[in-house]
Amino acid sequence: MSLNISALREQFPILKTQIDGKPLVYLDNAATTQKPQVVIDALVEYYSTYNANVHRGSHYLSDEATRRYENARTSVANFINAAVKEEVIWTSGTTESLNIIAHGLMQQLGTGDQVVITEMEHHANLVTWQQACIKAGAKLVVIPINEAGELDLRAYESALNSATKLVAFPHVSNALGTINPIEELTLMAKNVGALVSIDGAQGIAHGGVDVQAIGCDFYSFSGHKLFGPTGIGCLWGRKAVLEDWPVWQTGGEMIADVEYQSTTFGALPNRLEAGTPNISGAIGMAAAIDWFADLDQQAVQTHEKALLARAIELAADMPGMRLIGTATNKVGIMSFLLEGTHPADIGFILDRQGIAIRTGDNCAQPLMKRLKIPGTARASFSIYNTIEEVEAFFIALKKAQTMLA
Amino acid sequence: MQLPSSQEIIDDLAFFDDWEQRYQYIIDLGKALPGLPEEERTADRLVKGCQSQVWMVARSKDGKLLFDVDSDAVIVQGLLALVLAAYNDKTPVQILDFDIDAYFEELDLERHITPTRGNGLRAIVAKINGLARNAVH
Ligand SMILES: Cc1ncc(COP(=O)(O)O)c(C=O)c1O
Repeated sequence: MSLNISALREQFPILKTQIDGKPLVYLDNAATTQKPQVVIDALVEYYSTYNANVHRGSHYLSDEATRRYENARTSVANFINAAVKEEVIWTSGTTESLNIIAHGLMQQLGTGDQVVITEMEHHANLVTWQQACIKAGAKLVVIPINEAGELDLRAYESALNSATKLVAFPHVSNALGTINPIEELTLMAKNVGALVSIDGAQGIAHGGVDVQAIGCDFYSFSGHKLFGPTGIGCLWGRKAVLEDWPVWQTGGEMIADVEYQSTTFGALPNRLEAGTPNISGAIGMAAAIDWFADLDQQAVQTHEKALLARAIELAADMPGMRLIGTATNKVGIMSFLLEGTHPADIGFILDRQGIAIRTGDNCAQPLMKRLKIPGTARASFSIYNTIEEVEAFFIALKKAQTMLA
Repeated sequence: MQLPSSQEIIDDLAFFDDWEQRYQYIIDLGKALPGLPEEERTADRLVKGCQSQVWMVARSKDGKLLFDVDSDAVIVQGLLALVLAAYNDKTPVQILDFDIDAYFEELDLERHITPTRGNGLRAIVAKINGLARNAVH
């Protein structure tokens, strides 16, 4: 089986959009992906046929909503091969997931302890740990990257020791596209007894995540970068770790027994899910996952590789183009600078030609400073992009270069 | 450099019928605007956009406000030239009376001055208006 890209594109209504009379070429997929009709339909179906609050089943609709909401959890659990579905906690997205981990760890951290992160972090996986360390008086150790944007494994290994309480790194870098060797990194951290938290925001959409095979303790991701709705995401945590994890928010749903002066908290997953959850979001996210998992994953990867390969080929022909992030193992994210131009100017002229890219600091200011660049322009590809779109992007880029010269 | 007046810019831009010419005009304006010497691009003069940065120095002379601006992005610099065409060397009352949104709409560039565009233009406009208000009081 291979991917029929035009049939796939048909499923995404937004891809028919015209911008200033030109067909939209959406190359900002690392920021958020577009949504197929099945996801939009799942949201509409929920609100139009079985909207009710969950876990309060005293009537038909509530039972139905609860059943579908819990089935959604099962979809996610299967997708990442969680051992049990209670390991899947609904959150508002990667950022909240990471905050649940950092908030919990902070209570166990003390002076002399250290948390290890990398130079390539998104602010979500940096500010959280930085603030936790500041509050707990622990040390934040930042592992360097090389010029290609790959993690320095030697520095990583020598940074690890018995004081390392947790290691946090991205599966895939949003700014550089680098795919980290997550199993190897996890194994090394486990050798010193550290917890391992993986920021899967960019990694999840590239398929094949198996949390048991990775061996990590936490894996966090967002629905919206995986063809699902915004405002929903997951924290996966190993049951043995999550069971005793400090509760995050308190309130309804997360309790077992409440007195005026004390509360016994509930069991997983509810103990980490206070309040009425994002029911439609969970259902929409599962619809997206079921849709995505149904695609031939091999074909998906082949297609994404082809898009990146074509982009790299065209970039090599483009005078003055400097790629930021040239790891051997990377996803379809192309950050770049064009000599003598500012990324914002590139963004303006591409936008006028219907091409959506990201420009700026990529939510990674320390990384931009480390690379001594003000920011980048970034094109990021997804499964519905075509080789023709990659080519159109370069034609538009040449026009920008000429106009700005 | 003598900036064209806001009316001249409106007339110039109306004359072009495709976006490339219009953008080229803005780019050329941006390049022609002298900008600020390195030592004047200080942190206290910086208006941070998330995609590009803008610096501004203001002074007053004979009851009018004068502005010098700079940006690291040339199109933003060009858009700033459009803003200055409206505000530079004007009295505070003239500044406060000027409808910048209508002006950008007339230029068919309103998309670039919305607060959601992180290019610092909106912040510059707010700053200029703030200075004008202070001068009136
Ligand atoms: C690597 C990485 N981590 C974390 C996040 C934060 O995700 P969200 O904003 O969905 O919480 C992002 C999103 O841009 C990301 O790319």
